[in-house]
Amino acid sequence: MAPKAKATSKGARRTRGEAPFVFGPEAIDEALAQQLLGKALERGGDFADLYFEYRRSASLSMEDGRIRTAGGGIDMGVGVRVVVGTAVGYAYAESLDPDEMMRAAETASQIATAGAALAPVAVRRRRPRNYYPVESEVVDLEGAARVELLRRADKAARKHDRKVKRVDASLVAVHKEVLVVTSDGTMAHDIRPMVRMSVSAVARRGKRTETGSSGGGGRFGETYFGDVSPEDHGKEAARVALVNLDSRPAPAGTMPVVLAPGDSGILLHEAVGHGLEADFNRKRTSNYTDQIGKKVASPLVTVVDDPRLPGSRGSINVDDEGVVPREHRLIVGGKLRGYMHDRISADHFGKKPSGSGRRESFRHVTMPRMSNTLMEAGPDDPEDIIRSVKKGIYAVKYSGGQVNISNGDFVFSLTEGYLIEDGKLTAPLKGVNLIGNGPEALNTVSMVGHDFELSDGMWTCGKDGQSVPVGVGMPTVKLDQLTVGGTAV
Amino acid sequence: MTRPRAIEKNLDRLSGIAERSLEQLRSLGVDHAEVAVGTGRELEVTVRQGEVELVKEAGSSGLSVRVVQDGRVATSSTTDFREDALSAFLARAVEMAQVSEPDELSAPPLPRELVKQWPDLDLFDRKTDRIGAARAIKLATAGERAALRADKRITTSEGGSFARSSGCSVLATSGGFLGRNAGTYQSLVVQAVADDEGGKKRKGVHWTGGRFFSDLESASAIGKEAAKRAVDQLGASKIETGKYPVVFDKNAARAIVGLVASCVMGDSVYRQRSYLAGRLGSAIASTKVTLVDDPLVPRAPGSRPYDGEGRKVKKISVVRRGELRSYLLDTYSARKLGLKPTGSGSGGGGVPHSSSSNFYLVPGRGAPEGLLKGIKRGLYVTRMMGFGFDPTTGNFSRGAEGFLIENGELTQPVGEVTVSRNLDDLLKGIDKVANDLELKTSIASPSFRVDEMTVAGS
Repeated sequence: MAPKAKATSKGARRTRGEAPFVFGPEAIDEALAQQLLGKALERGGDFADLYFEYRRSASLSMEDGRIRTAGGGIDMGVGVRVVVGTAVGYAYAESLDPDEMMRAAETASQIATAGAALAPVAVRRRRPRNYYPVESEVVDLEGAARVELLRRADKAARKHDRKVKRVDASLVAVHKEVLVVTSDGTMAHDIRPMVRMSVSAVARRGKRTETGSSGGGGRFGETYFGDVSPEDHGKEAARVALVNLDSRPAPAGTMPVVLAPGDSGILLHEAVGHGLEADFNRKRTSNYTDQIGKKVASPLVTVVDDPRLPGSRGSINVDDEGVVPREHRLIVGGKLRGYMHDRISADHFGKKPSGSGRRESFRHVTMPRMSNTLMEAGPDDPEDIIRSVKKGIYAVKYSGGQVNISNGDFVFSLTEGYLIEDGKLTAPLKGVNLIGNGPEALNTVSMVGHDFELSDGMWTCGKDGQSVPVGVGMPTVKLDQLTVGGTAV
Repeated sequence: MTRPRAIEKNLDRLSGIAERSLEQLRSLGVDHAEVAVGTGRELEVTVRQGEVELVKEAGSSGLSVRVVQDGRVATSSTTDFREDALSAFLARAVEMAQVSEPDELSAPPLPRELVKQWPDLDLFDRKTDRIGAARAIKLATAGERAALRADKRITTSEGGSFARSSGCSVLATSGGFLGRNAGTYQSLVVQAVADDEGGKKRKGVHWTGGRFFSDLESASAIGKEAAKRAVDQLGASKIETGKYPVVFDKNAARAIVGLVASCVMGDSVYRQRSYLAGRLGSAIASTKVTLVDDPLVPRAPGSRPYDGEGRKVKKISVVRRGELRSYLLDTYSARKLGLKPTGSGSGGGGVPHSSSSNFYLVPGRGAPEGLLKGIKRGLYVTRMMGFGFDPTTGNFSRGAEGFLIENGELTQPVGEVTVSRNLDDLLKGIDKVANDLELKTSIASPSFRVDEMTVAGS
């Protein structure tokens, strides 16, 4: 795995954080945590955890060259969970007031009805390795400095071409801290910085109007903009809008599809990722249920979920259940190797939890979720891959994707794509949906490029109403057969 | 139709907090401010294979504020209502506005444009908050059991879930508006799973929901329908790529109506993110199409007595017999476009934006079965997936599943295909609208038929 290196400041000191639950008079110590967990397990249960979260954000939105709104705020609270077998009792408090936290623990405890009180194990503070040390967070930049970043992106997009008529851009920066305390003795604190810039451009020629967008970021500080400049995003948004001015109706039907490196990783996320989240397999509702050890893709396909990529949007130092995550090798050489587990599913399958338990906020329960889902590079030259196609599609950018876990059907929607004719990229195509079935589509992978790329951080994954940031990445890949949902028959 | 005393007392408390916050913002010298304060209570349970899987119960509260100073706007929110924390929070919000840039259009409505009285829309059910975990578990269990027993081919389920929520909200603005509102909602969902060939599973989902508990359908009816939907999809396969007449059932049709709604929002129009920009007064759909936005339907999910800026709300005819009559406009987007606001503002306390209330396609005559009549070979779509829509151009292409129509009858299940056509042409191609509108969701539609779409399959 050779992800695109991003500038991270290696020498950054581990800061202590600013959240009131780790710093100051309201700080949660071992004794109070123990007391809350004791309350949670008063009526019995197998396990309990506390999830403290502090989220300070600063956002700016620029509309047509002018900052329309400055926003931001602080959200803080604690979620209390009690697990009895596979049953979960959950409650939360939106403050660190001991009475309110005790009430939440009491509410969560009611899931256990008949059982002896369980005494939590004495907690031990863990210091997991930091995969995203940040010296200067974007959320702490002066307002004027953040405005300047947007202004640079806006300017670059407008300067790119006279046909660019309108540019909108936004910058969202978040400083998030979590403290997870578990009844089996873990206490782990994690500082999770995040920055995300998005730019969208409208281009017009005659009566035709098209848009293009670009965005990126991750668990970086200011240094992100040293590596990828706001101008890069501005120009990229303008470029895509201009390309789309010349787009023509896409073909409809089944044909070879070549996926460009980077963002196309969304295919993995939808086609295999969700189906390998262990909760669906525990419930036997995924099309990958009972498929471990079996062939689910072409032998060229190796897919991993790696939460430890430096600075990537989907990375986590510790999961939201206090487990230090490791790399999950999901598919190796086409064979299904394992699922992604949270504590409940790991317990069910008799595995060790692998650190995939994530949640949107303290108001939500954890589920097995992806982090950074990647396909490993192969032997082929990307140009040879395109050259090998007589008539097909080259897919570059996407607005999103979706999967039906139970039957494995997935879609992803193109915002930049080209027709391939006789081994060459010819016309740009109007946005279309590509549809396929997970194992069937991955069995048709016939070439894999040596050009692995990580998508610049912009993806958010939704599951059961909860959103979490994720990363994706892959090399150029050829699928021999995929259904292209164009209009031209 | 009166609300419980405890709710009125809570609304009094929230009004107090909102008015004190406004006062402080005035003393900090802001030109305009809007403060929204709310509280909520929720209970959610899930039962799977007859066993309780989740019981989640919580109360929450929040205050959000928008301040305008010399045309500069800032928004912020907090959950900490303690007096000193709140005043520090408000001071920070005012400070934040300095980062923003002046925009003379960002001022709120004039005081005389604010509504003083509004109708009671019967949005609060006293019974909702009284549903305890035990009762909720019973309902979810009954729904799931009905699904598991409905058909031998149902192998498992993703569970039955019951959720209830209630909320109180107060909106206070520096223009003198003080709105109080409270509402409830509850729903029951059942997801049944059947095993198909090649390891594929077929999942059928059905749900019921409403502001009043007594408006919900029975748990067993929901479970049975979920099972039927799973079993009906067994053996689904692609069909040949080609042009087909397409019937959208009311669930799939709703998704398309939602796309139209997103393109008549003032925000999308002035940002040039709508293919309907500049089309007021022209034909944008067939004459079978009449779309309305009605905030005043008693007990409906999207109803609101006043809008998010304190303006009066009314029923709006958006499309009448195919002609685009009105966008949905909040104050800012109306000023941007030089049009009159329609009372469609939302997001009080945040950045106001346009939004729909109960947005629906007006039903036609005749049962949905009538839509199949005369179709030799067509596609009946029950579900769509993906994000394949570009609002700027109207290009539409989404994944679909449903059934093949042959000689006016549904024959075999279909899956893994896409349906595509530009939305502008799609709306003009609607040649029949059925009578099965159900205001179960804030965006709703009866089933309808489109003369032709491209279906990509094998």
